Amino acid sequence: MLTKAKPAPAGEVLENVSHPMERFLRADRLPHIWCSGCGLGTVLSCFTYALDDLGLTDADVGVVSGIGCTGRAAGYLNLDSYHTTHGRAIPFATGLAVARPDKKVVVISGDGDLFAIGGNHFIHAARRNVDMTVICVNNFNYGMTGGQVGPTTPIGSRATTAPYGNYENPFNLPYLAASSGAVYVARWTSLHARRLKEAMIEAITMPGFTFVEAVCPCPTNYGRRNRLGEGLDELKYYAEKSVIKHGADPADADLLPGNDVLVGRFIQKERPTFLQAYEHQILDKQHFVKPQAMQNQNHVRLSGATATDGKAAS
Amino acid sequence: MAERILAGTHFLNGDEACAEGALAAGCDLFAGYPITPQSEIAERISRRLPQVGGVFIQMEDEISSIAATLGGAWGGKKAMTATSGPGFSLMMENLGLGMMTETPCVLINIQRGGPSTGLPTLVAQGDMMQARWGSHGDYGVVALVPSSPQEAFELTVRAFNLSEMLRMPILVMADEVVGHMFERVVIDPESIEIVERKAPNKPPGEFLLYEPGEDLVPQGMPALGDGYRVHVTGLTHDERGYPVLNEETQGKLIPRLRNKITHNIEAIVDVEETEIDDAEIVIVTYGISARSSLGALRLAREKGLKVGMLRLRTVWPFPADVLQEKADRVAGFVVPELNLGQIVLEVERAVCGRAAVKSVPHAGGEIHDPGTILAAIEEVFAHAH
Repeated sequence: MLTKAKPAPAGEVLENVSHPMERFLRADRLPHIWCSGCGLGTVLSCFTYALDDLGLTDADVGVVSGIGCTGRAAGYLNLDSYHTTHGRAIPFATGLAVARPDKKVVVISGDGDLFAIGGNHFIHAARRNVDMTVICVNNFNYGMTGGQVGPTTPIGSRATTAPYGNYENPFNLPYLAASSGAVYVARWTSLHARRLKEAMIEAITMPGFTFVEAVCPCPTNYGRRNRLGEGLDELKYYAEKSVIKHGADPADADLLPGNDVLVGRFIQKERPTFLQAYEHQILDKQHFVKPQAMQNQNHVRLSGATATDGKAAS
Repeated sequence: MAERILAGTHFLNGDEACAEGALAAGCDLFAGYPITPQSEIAERISRRLPQVGGVFIQMEDEISSIAATLGGAWGGKKAMTATSGPGFSLMMENLGLGMMTETPCVLINIQRGGPSTGLPTLVAQGDMMQARWGSHGDYGVVALVPSSPQEAFELTVRAFNLSEMLRMPILVMADEVVGHMFERVVIDPESIEIVERKAPNKPPGEFLLYEPGEDLVPQGMPALGDGYRVHVTGLTHDERGYPVLNEETQGKLIPRLRNKITHNIEAIVDVEETEIDDAEIVIVTYGISARSSLGALRLAREKGLKVGMLRLRTVWPFPADVLQEKADRVAGFVVPELNLGQIVLEVERAVCGRAAVKSVPHAGGEIHDPGTILAAIEEVFAHAH
């Protein structure tokens, strides 16, 4: 298996080259549907490297997606993967996580899926602290359906259903996650590939409802309509505007056009998960026997873990 | 620790009996949302599941309730949700996901008056066609309809068994009166048959998630973490489970979702016959309406009218063969139901003009007066003679 290739001249097709994390990918489903310049490939790649660093195998982790461009992520991962209906990835994952507390459940979906049609599910899963990691690819619009305005579209940005510019206030996702009860909240962009991977490792390792926002370019729809140039130009914008501030107040993490993009690990604060609370407050007090799977709770093998010590971020 | 199967004789309402039936069948996960007249199912099972190693989770709405139920099933559990009225409408989207992904689980609808908020505390059977056609697209449906708390128990067990046998969500279409009436429920563990989930028929690498067996049902279902690396999608998919969005794949998958029911229909259909042998008029009914109908049948027999009854414990798939077989031997069918005439349309299609078919509609809020059903019977007799 060749893992390194020199950049090919335009038009040349590379032969015998495979992705170093191919074992986590369904190679028979490639090429993927995502556009050139989209950040989704980077995010998916970061996720596979995170699994590799954690020493997780296909027996340890399941991925749930909703609908949309990011919703297709589940289909490219060679893991137990569940491509649900629009907005319902989190409640599906809730059932999965409660049924198999000995496994890691990760939701990978987009901003429209998770925060418009699925917004209610997000806040309640965070409130319950169901043991799952939610990775939101935020590209500020509905890409799959052609670039409509969404719940994270910045004020003034254009979209096919905001032809004169968006005038609705967007969600600040880290603030929403933190105030709903997420125990881990981080934001990076697809430019910050290593940091994003580390955030995924921390989020997956930490018990409870953990949230990683990955800000991504969508050159085909969002970028083009807002004259942001190619995907690479959006990455340059992130490079110029990103300000890393661990432990920052998520209330200050609004994304406003032209302003700094606040990134970092904002929240890292443990509290009992849904099943831990159930175990301690119900099963133990009532002297009920624990279900078999719960006896293995949070004992997923994390051999290569480089991640969190569980202390609050400084 | 309390027993999973509550052996003995109990005084339960239909909702509570549904909860006990679920436990007896092996349900380990219930995800639901409060709504009248279903709430007693959630209340009972929230008390009982922790006693037997299961998990109850009250979700934020009915959409998430059924989504979590599907997720629980793919986590390897027997899972159930229950609802009423508007909650049933909200569940239609993920009922479709369950049908498309062939996910075994149970959905109980304790029917109340509709449309919209309608009659939250009062009975109807107005969701019978919604049960058949409520989610978009084509698929097959199995719906069981209990007429008593005893049957609420038994048919909930059966719903779990059929869900494993056919690899699909099974509907229990009870109603407010059956849900809220208290009666004797006898639970005999010896008489309860349990169907367990089929394990995959091949090892990882060889196993195809949606390769049907001779019974047209996929052959086994791995849970999360079993090493099969399944891909489960609501998109049209091939036997690997991979999305393939074309006419050929659609033409293979979607008919099978219906045909797996028709192919196994003899193992599914469950119709109770009462005084059918000499009957000239046959009442065709289900659920609580069968109990009003039994009163009408007795009144008619007292008058010397030869009346029998077919009680549909499975409304879907509709047992058309059972009616067709009788259509040439009887003068007519009378179909009382607590809606403006839904299942009577199926009766008309099955009978196909070979006998009279009379609807006895009722908008709901109360059950039929047996006298109303008797009047309909007499009317059919008058036309027949």
